[in-house]
Amino acid sequence: MDKVVFGQYYPTDSVIHRMDPRIKLLAIILYIVTVFFLVDYVMYAAIFLFVLTITFIAKIPFKVLLRTVRTIIFLVLITSIINLFFTTGEELWVEWKFIKIYREGVEHAIKLALRLILLMLFPSLLTLTTTPMELTDALESLMSPLKLIKIPVHAIALIMSIALRMIPILMEETNKIMLAQKARGADFDTGGALKKAKAMIPVLVPLFVGAFRRADELALAMDARCYSSVAKRTKYKVMKLTVKDLVASVVCLAVFSLVFLNKYLWGFDEMILALFK
Amino acid sequence: MPIKFENVNYEYPTEDKSVVAVKGVTLEIEDGSFVCVCGENGSGKSTLAKLMNGLLAPTSGVVTVDGRSTATEEETELFAIRQKVGMVFQNPDNQMIASIIEDEIAFGPENLGVPREEIGERIDYALSAVGMTEYRYNTPYKLSGGQKQRIAIAAVLAMKPEVLVLDESTAMLDPKGRAEVIKVAEELNKQGITIVLITHFMEEATRADRVIVMNGGSVVMDGTPAEIFRKREEIERYDLELPVADAIAAALIGEGLPLEDRIYSASELAEAICRSK
Amino acid sequence: MSIEVKDLSYVYSPGTPYAATALDHVDLTVSEGDFVGIIGKTGSGKSTFIQHLNALIRLQSGSIKVYDIDLTEKKPDLKRLRGTVGMVMQYPEYQLFDETVEKDVSYGPKNLGLSEEEIKGRVREAINLVGLDYEDVRDRSPFELSGGQKRRVAIAGVIAMRPRILILDEPTAGLDPRGKKEILALVKRLKETSSPTVIIISHDMDAVAENCDKVALFSGGKIEKVGAPREIFYDDELLLRAEMDVPTVVKIVKEMEKKGVTLGEKPVTRSEFLASVKRWRNG
Repeated sequence: MDKVVFGQYYPTDSVIHRMDPRIKLLAIILYIVTVFFLVDYVMYAAIFLFVLTITFIAKIPFKVLLRTVRTIIFLVLITSIINLFFTTGEELWVEWKFIKIYREGVEHAIKLALRLILLMLFPSLLTLTTTPMELTDALESLMSPLKLIKIPVHAIALIMSIALRMIPILMEETNKIMLAQKARGADFDTGGALKKAKAMIPVLVPLFVGAFRRADELALAMDARCYSSVAKRTKYKVMKLTVKDLVASVVCLAVFSLVFLNKYLWGFDEMILALFK
Repeated sequence: MPIKFENVNYEYPTEDKSVVAVKGVTLEIEDGSFVCVCGENGSGKSTLAKLMNGLLAPTSGVVTVDGRSTATEEETELFAIRQKVGMVFQNPDNQMIASIIEDEIAFGPENLGVPREEIGERIDYALSAVGMTEYRYNTPYKLSGGQKQRIAIAAVLAMKPEVLVLDESTAMLDPKGRAEVIKVAEELNKQGITIVLITHFMEEATRADRVIVMNGGSVVMDGTPAEIFRKREEIERYDLELPVADAIAAALIGEGLPLEDRIYSASELAEAICRSK
Repeated sequence: MSIEVKDLSYVYSPGTPYAATALDHVDLTVSEGDFVGIIGKTGSGKSTFIQHLNALIRLQSGSIKVYDIDLTEKKPDLKRLRGTVGMVMQYPEYQLFDETVEKDVSYGPKNLGLSEEEIKGRVREAINLVGLDYEDVRDRSPFELSGGQKRRVAIAGVIAMRPRILILDEPTAGLDPRGKKEILALVKRLKETSSPTVIIISHDMDAVAENCDKVALFSGGKIEKVGAPREIFYDDELLLRAEMDVPTVVKIVKEMEKKGVTLGEKPVTRSEFLASVKRWRNG
């Protein structure tokens, strides 16, 4: 259950863990944009190296990071295969009955797979090194300019925080109710989709009734502790940018700008090829 | 005189009729006292609790906290009352909003706009007052019921209340958890905090200075534990139960043992029986 | 023999860093007609144990036999098992789900695949058995009943399956004294009328002493001792080790012993204690 509480948080005491979550979040957003601008294999390798370095600094075993990729491996395979077969190009490599594979298709498939894996890796590092609570705080802070246009940023953050708190409780409750109904002879495992869905009614109804009861009591408890969405609150946890955060920002910006420079100015692949010629 | 009820009625509407939950209650809770409100389910004891901090406003009559009426629409007035009269509820899982204990404790002071540095001090104080200092950075999910309720008490203490209302806060706990909560309440009372303990376990009333018995929405008994426990038939009439040791003492007296008619702990009763021969 | 558990062990999330032993070589035999109290600290393995008896948890190692149903078999007859072992979980009222009391109570019998007629009869009987008026409550929503009534409807939902063995996990938790008394009286009544074997998990040592004829003390996933209440509650060394409380009566007797008075008997219930005191005074 701890896994649920903290997402996939992997506690080690590293610089990356202690970084300002806002910087991490911004870096992720930049990173995602960057990945879409990757062209050359050299840059793929560079970004991969970048991710590896951070994993190392964060003291996270590479195995743990790879585990996060496992969840999307199917998606990677399927999209790659589709690209492999359906991309047409100029250089035909394989032709067998109706199957035609072009060089462009192979390249497309490989790059897409790499891109998906890279897209998964870095954000996973975020969840591995940042607790959901820190993320909530970071989001609240980053969204705070939206207060100007009357968006209840604090309320949104509070809702996320309560949801995080309730998820493990509701999961446990679901489990309890399922056991209880099983004890009354319920069968959740056999039959078609419709039968299985119907079998869930005796679980879902009490679960929802319970969730509403909890919500009611929680609202009362918050009232009793003077919560107000309009009054001025203070905040105990204040995120502070440190020199380290600034250094990290500069490093990230440098690495990412390399990708853009490569795409629009240099072209590393060609440069390397030129070296060999 | 923090809390004063003057001829208070409370009705809540249901589909076809309105139900009177509290009727004609006039009482005062004295500063620094330890008051236990006993009653069976539906006796109105929990409604009485919620009238004390303005979570409910009386249908008629007046409830005042330090002279301020709880029937106010002013949020600042209400918050001033709720800051003075803190409340802990029955289900420990339904009154916590944060996934980290220090954030949970900070919630109340944050709502009150307490300066950041002071919130840190208040967390230190509140956690040590309930003996949970070492859990500051933990998640509440893994705690026992008794520990969760102690955290809920700490969350209220951080608001520096004068009165702590425990609204059936022991009802869902195992005997160990119940003992933990009662012990904390006693210690806080020694430090000058007024305790109002709402319960249906009469053995928890033995340590109080005053026991109020509710039945059918009215206060039917009011006195010291010794005075109340002696009226055994009356207690049974209100569907309450004497602590087992007292029930045994009563039975022994009924069989002609020359025991003093008073309340007994197990060891006191043992001594009295030994002396009786 | 209604239940025979041999060498039962269970580990949560085996093979992961979160692995935790919940049951450690547990043996227990329950005969028909027994009223068994299972006691132990929170987290001592009580709940995991009783969930095994209804095959709510897959058997990892050891063996369980409930009458002639052998849970070590590859595909035990679960339907028959759940019709034989009725399980009332903690706060069972939180499992109510259907529009009417009657429909909710018939959920279990329906799952057993009984005929409409049979179900109707059983539902009526079960609702009446738990002390509610069938005609009065059958069409009412279970959600609009009082707390104590809800719990009784939930128990009726289990009773309607006519289990030979009734297992209750802290049946009085959260109830007021009257609700407590009513539920304990109900359990006794059910034992006499419909389910001859009863197993309850309880933290209320006074209630265990008053009602059970056999007590199993769990500690750290093991059964430390099984025996009559007096064999358990007068075993000081054991109770200390398992960090268990004792019934008030036993507390008083122990205190009297400290003051040099031995009753010479080992009462655990109130009436036994009163009788002992009487004999001691007269003797």
